[in-house]
Amino acid sequence: MNPIQTLIKELADVHGRRRESILPILQGVVEQEKYLSEDSMVEIAREIDIPASDVYGTATFYSFLEAKKMGKYVIRVCKTITCSMKGKNQVLLTIQEMLKIKLGDTTPDKRFTILETNCLGWCHKAPAMLINDEVYTELTPEKVREILSSYMKKNGQI
Amino acid sequence: MESIHQLKRADFIFRNENDWEKILGNALKRKNQDIIKELISSELKGRGGAGFPTGLKWKFASEAEADEKFIICNADEGEPGTFKDREILTKVPYKVLTAMAVCANIIGAKKGFIYLRGEYKFLKEELNKAIDEFHYYCNEINFDFTIKIFMGSGAYVCGEETALFESMEGKRGEPRNKPPFPTIKGYMGKPTVINNVETLAHVFTILKYGAKKFYDLGVQYSRGTKLFSVSGDTPKPGIYELELGMSLQDFVYEFGDGDTKAVQVGGASGFLVPRKNFKDAAIGFKGKLTGISLPTGGSMMLFNSSRSMFNVLDNYLKFFREESCGQCTPCRVGCQQLQMGIKAVKRGEKPSSYLTKLLRLAETMQLAAKCGLGQSVANSFSSIVDNFHEEMIY
Ligand SMILES: Cc1cc2nc3c(=O)[nH]c(=O)nc-3n(C[C@H](O)[C@H](O)[C@H](O)COP(=O)(O)O)c2cc1C
Ligand code: SF4
Repeated sequence: MNPIQTLIKELADVHGRRRESILPILQGVVEQEKYLSEDSMVEIAREIDIPASDVYGTATFYSFLEAKKMGKYVIRVCKTITCSMKGKNQVLLTIQEMLKIKLGDTTPDKRFTILETNCLGWCHKAPAMLINDEVYTELTPEKVREILSSYMKKNGQI
Repeated sequence: MESIHQLKRADFIFRNENDWEKILGNALKRKNQDIIKELISSELKGRGGAGFPTGLKWKFASEAEADEKFIICNADEGEPGTFKDREILTKVPYKVLTAMAVCANIIGAKKGFIYLRGEYKFLKEELNKAIDEFHYYCNEINFDFTIKIFMGSGAYVCGEETALFESMEGKRGEPRNKPPFPTIKGYMGKPTVINNVETLAHVFTILKYGAKKFYDLGVQYSRGTKLFSVSGDTPKPGIYELELGMSLQDFVYEFGDGDTKAVQVGGASGFLVPRKNFKDAAIGFKGKLTGISLPTGGSMMLFNSSRSMFNVLDNYLKFFREESCGQCTPCRVGCQQLQMGIKAVKRGEKPSSYLTKLLRLAETMQLAAKCGLGQSVANSFSSIVDNFHEEMIY
């Protein structure tokens, strides 16, 4: 068995092999792999014995289930109204400058991806972003630089 | 009209109570009918936005015949400007769990779920600890009930109750037709009670302090307190528990920055109220007092005169466009056309009279869209375009 097959089997052992198990399994794969490849979707379909098109249909509905390979750290900057009003653009610019990539792209070393996302629920501490599951609020360009540098160092960069 | 209602702060939800075991034990001993009656007499209405009477919901589910039933706590909290449910689950999760268990006992459910939005994944570990502790106690008193967290994956529409069921069943989060309502056919086609996090926390207050205490707060048709998520141009953004029925004027007096030009009540799917209408708007459920009454999931976003209402509307429409599940044409195409339309007017590619056409399109969506998402786009669209017509054009 290849690593993906093993992972999916393990996830199915935990979450079950029913239609209702799909979402937790998909989430588990994305957590490990950082995206859903065609192979992994086909493998999930096989493992729980439903058409691959059903897995694909479900997977493509959810914005956190990416079908494109993401970096190790996925940065999601909130673009909804309050964050927009309170300086989301400067936050985004700072990140783009530091990582030297555009919105939606992944750094060549596959470490960071920048995305925008809808309301994260931190409007009272806007602007806000997620890096993987971690929340950062009341962002300023300075604060963003600090946060990102610490992530870059974590990776032995700089 | 002079406003008669002062802002009345309250402190029930976040008050730390260390007697949930006792509250649960007592409630499990009471007759089901008794608790349902008490909830109905409290006039507690759902805090997730739609405002359905909670006691009735539990009653319907308890009367439904089925081999299996479910209680689900809706923690998908995706409405722009809302962030209170996370705070409840962080600070007083046991209130929500207790209310879920009491509901389960009344309707005859053995399983409960908390549908937690993917954006709140960092909460999961702590919440699971609270659930473990809760299970331990249920075990001790021989009460057969378990709660599981189900994670969302970044889709606003999954907060709509039937889309949430679809999502939990492993499908695309596409809302179903109603009826049948969840209390008859919900998750897995079984009778299901689905309640907002805050609704369940209020149930705890009612179990502990009695229906009368709750009923005595607020105003006619809008009883009790409500958490408000306050953001935007305000010196004190945050979460506040207030009695229902306040006038928007008093709200702005307390939370405005002195230059408030409009307040968005109820998030992107709510209404924008311009300054001239503050004194006539009261915050509560429909059918109360004079003037406009605004139901709300508790999102209050303030805008001062430096803000362009065109940008605000454009931001909302982009939100709806992306979050529409795409299942029905009025919403899928409507959201797109509304956004393209206001841009075209702004750029002068369409005459200003085109706005009237767009208003009619929004009205059509209200009538023809399948779920609350598409139906409520007209709320913000019409209230912004009507009140800030010039800003849309110039
Ligand atoms: C597009 C849409 C999104 C919704 N999102 C939520 C949500 O995030 N949380 C919530 O409790 N209710 C949400 N609702 C309302 C639910 O459908 C449902 O009415 C509510 O969970 C019932 O609980 P309550 O009676 O306690 O308010 C949403 C409705 C619509 C149409
Ligand atoms: S109104 Fe919009 S979100 Fe609701 S079912 Fe139709 S397309 Fe989907």
